[in-house]
Amino acid sequence: MAVISERKREMGESLRLVFTLVGREIRDTLRDWRMVVPIIILTLFFPALMSWIANYALRGVARYGAEIVGERMIPFLLMVVGFFPISFSLVIALETFVGEKERRSLEPLLATPLSDTQLYLSKTLAAMIPPLLAAYLGITVYLTGLYFIEGWKPPLILLVLTVVLTTVKGVVMVSGAVVVSSQTTSVRAANLLASFIIIPMALLVQGEALIMFWANYDVLWWIVLFLVVADVVLIRMGIHTFNREELLGREIDELNLGSIWRTFRGHLRWEPWFFGRDVERMPGWLRWLGVLGGLYRHDIPTALGRSRLALLAVVIALLFSAYVGYAFADRYRLPTDMLRQEISSEAFVRSQNLGLFTFTPWDVLIHNLRVLVAAALLAVFSFGTLAIALLMLPMAVIFFLVVQAANVYNPVVFFAAAVLPHGVLELPAAVVATALSVRMGAVFMSPPKGMTVGEGWLLALADFVKVFLTLVVPMLALAAVIEVYVTPLVVIQVLGG
Amino acid sequence: MIELMGLTKRFDDFTAVDEVTLCVQPGEILALLGPNGAGKTTTVRMLAAILRPTAGEARVAGYSVTEQPQEVRRRVGVLTEHPGLYLRMRGGRYLDFFGRLMGVSADERERRAKDLLARFGMAEAWDRRMGTYSKGMRQKMALVRAMLHDPPVLLLDEPTSAMDPHSAKLVRDSVIGLRHHRRAIVLCTHNLPEAEAIADRIAIIRRGKIIALGTPAELKERLLGAPLMELRLAQPTDGVVKLLSELVDVQAHGTDWVRYFTPDPHAMNPQLLGLLASREVGVVTLSEVGRSLEDVYLRVVEEA
Repeated sequence: MAVISERKREMGESLRLVFTLVGREIRDTLRDWRMVVPIIILTLFFPALMSWIANYALRGVARYGAEIVGERMIPFLLMVVGFFPISFSLVIALETFVGEKERRSLEPLLATPLSDTQLYLSKTLAAMIPPLLAAYLGITVYLTGLYFIEGWKPPLILLVLTVVLTTVKGVVMVSGAVVVSSQTTSVRAANLLASFIIIPMALLVQGEALIMFWANYDVLWWIVLFLVVADVVLIRMGIHTFNREELLGREIDELNLGSIWRTFRGHLRWEPWFFGRDVERMPGWLRWLGVLGGLYRHDIPTALGRSRLALLAVVIALLFSAYVGYAFADRYRLPTDMLRQEISSEAFVRSQNLGLFTFTPWDVLIHNLRVLVAAALLAVFSFGTLAIALLMLPMAVIFFLVVQAANVYNPVVFFAAAVLPHGVLELPAAVVATALSVRMGAVFMSPPKGMTVGEGWLLALADFVKVFLTLVVPMLALAAVIEVYVTPLVVIQVLGG
Repeated sequence: MIELMGLTKRFDDFTAVDEVTLCVQPGEILALLGPNGAGKTTTVRMLAAILRPTAGEARVAGYSVTEQPQEVRRRVGVLTEHPGLYLRMRGGRYLDFFGRLMGVSADERERRAKDLLARFGMAEAWDRRMGTYSKGMRQKMALVRAMLHDPPVLLLDEPTSAMDPHSAKLVRDSVIGLRHHRRAIVLCTHNLPEAEAIADRIAIIRRGKIIALGTPAELKERLLGAPLMELRLAQPTDGVVKLLSELVDVQAHGTDWVRYFTPDPHAMNPQLLGLLASREVGVVTLSEVGRSLEDVYLRVVEEA
């Protein structure tokens, strides 16, 4: 009981500190007339104007028998009056940390007992609350206007959807902007980086507008789900990457290529090892054994150990893609005749004459490498998610085909003959490469303990380069040879006739 | 109260603070002197648990800056390099806000804030927006903020910069008063007479390393040598210089004065005065020629 009441007291104390700072920040925002005037215009004047425009548009399009345009326009404008006030949340959020740093008022705040998380959450809430309240007020004014002018009442589900959508968009914009603000050294740099928030958000709003006119509101719930995930990712990323020391210690965003290269090279190095022997004292022509021993016995396992969570995520994603392949195969059955193709050496040669199955091992290897490198690049810009998606897609197709083949062949035999000979190497190589790619993206959300985002990313990149070149590429090369020269023979032998 | 043990801070390839070890007792004022970029502010930031040391450890008010940073921040009053006030706020609201963050009760917040403002001659600043304050007032407000929660440890970075002489004296007196209340104080300053006047010990830091540490008197003796004494006579120095040269290292003399070095003035000066009295040489004054902390500082920094 005592422990629980102590926890409660600590929680209460923590919230008291957070709301003390939130209150001050909000009061400070509302003291600035440059903030207050747009809030008033966007929450009172603009929604009232929208009500009038909606009413005018309804009557105008009705004259031409296009009532549906008017009907669809009302929900669209509802979304717009909600979005406009949250658009200026960016201004508040972008300068929340870096602006205080420029005004030199941040250090006294950092010297208080506020923890990093309390400080971060306080600033985020303070940037979020005024624009969101303004958005809700704007929606209320618009709907009240429409009710009195046109007698229009929104369906409850549309109202809930609009409020939820407005909220999650606001949270995405603010949490993204706070991350930017806590990682830059000047308001100018923060404003430049804000493009990474504004452009996707502008595209999203355009997409929502299309969906609103299409009146398929179910799709908007998927967007809500996507935005909720983005909210969680951005807030988590903000909390994990927020570092009062970095904020104060970094005066300029200097790109020190020499230091970056030295750090990266340091991560690439490893200690030689050869069954406990002193490698330095081994004959020169045998030292390469120590180099390989150190790499494969210690360094690669260590790098894979650092990637264990990413490996787990990739394996879970693969299981899910297997389920998706199975579900689709169950739903969309291929005709049995189509599956019951002749499998023989002659048929294989005929296919090659038609230009099919003419791959060389080199073609297969290059294709696989291209895909995995592209996945790594995409992972960096998508917190690792697109790398997983790129691996899931072919896996889902493979499982789709295996399940389809179950109509004609024993699925286990089919899988063992058509996939396993090369897959036993190709699949683990792809899983390892994808997991290392995922780390290169996920490090932005959660850098390793004691490291900055940059340091964590350099370590992830070094692990990727090292493991990719020394483990993944050899495995894929061997798999490519087997896929071209061995797998077809096994398929013909086992499934032919 | 404040212990630094091999405290080190590196920013990439640059070492800002390099294995600093020292201790400040309750009731002691330590002045941290050094050129710009020497590592004073970084040291203070580490002691305030704002920056995390790269190596070494520091304990402030019994808490580790690396393991218990929040406890440290609760017990430290920091006057930062820049006042860093919220200029749109009124003084009273500002102090109330910081008092809340530092966990001071509502009654205590108002009482202490008003007392401190009155002590620094700023009672009328309570209701004024801080944007209207002069530079000196802003500095004093920042000092009040640092002292509001009555911390056992104070870290003061240039506390009297931008202040007029009267305000600076108020602040100095206040800091001396804190010493009497057993507070441990670290004072970073470029104002050497001020450091000499109020600090118990001086630490001179350069390129992140402590290159001199001691009381002002110890530092002077260690770095500038034996004290220089000046003897003023009631008659011309004819014959007296030769007499004195047999006892002390005479440096210079004029018509009625002599300057000399002696490694042990406590022993030598009474002996010397006795000799002059026995020869019936009239002595007007015997005093030590003033050597400032500035001389010490310049010597140390130039040598380093």
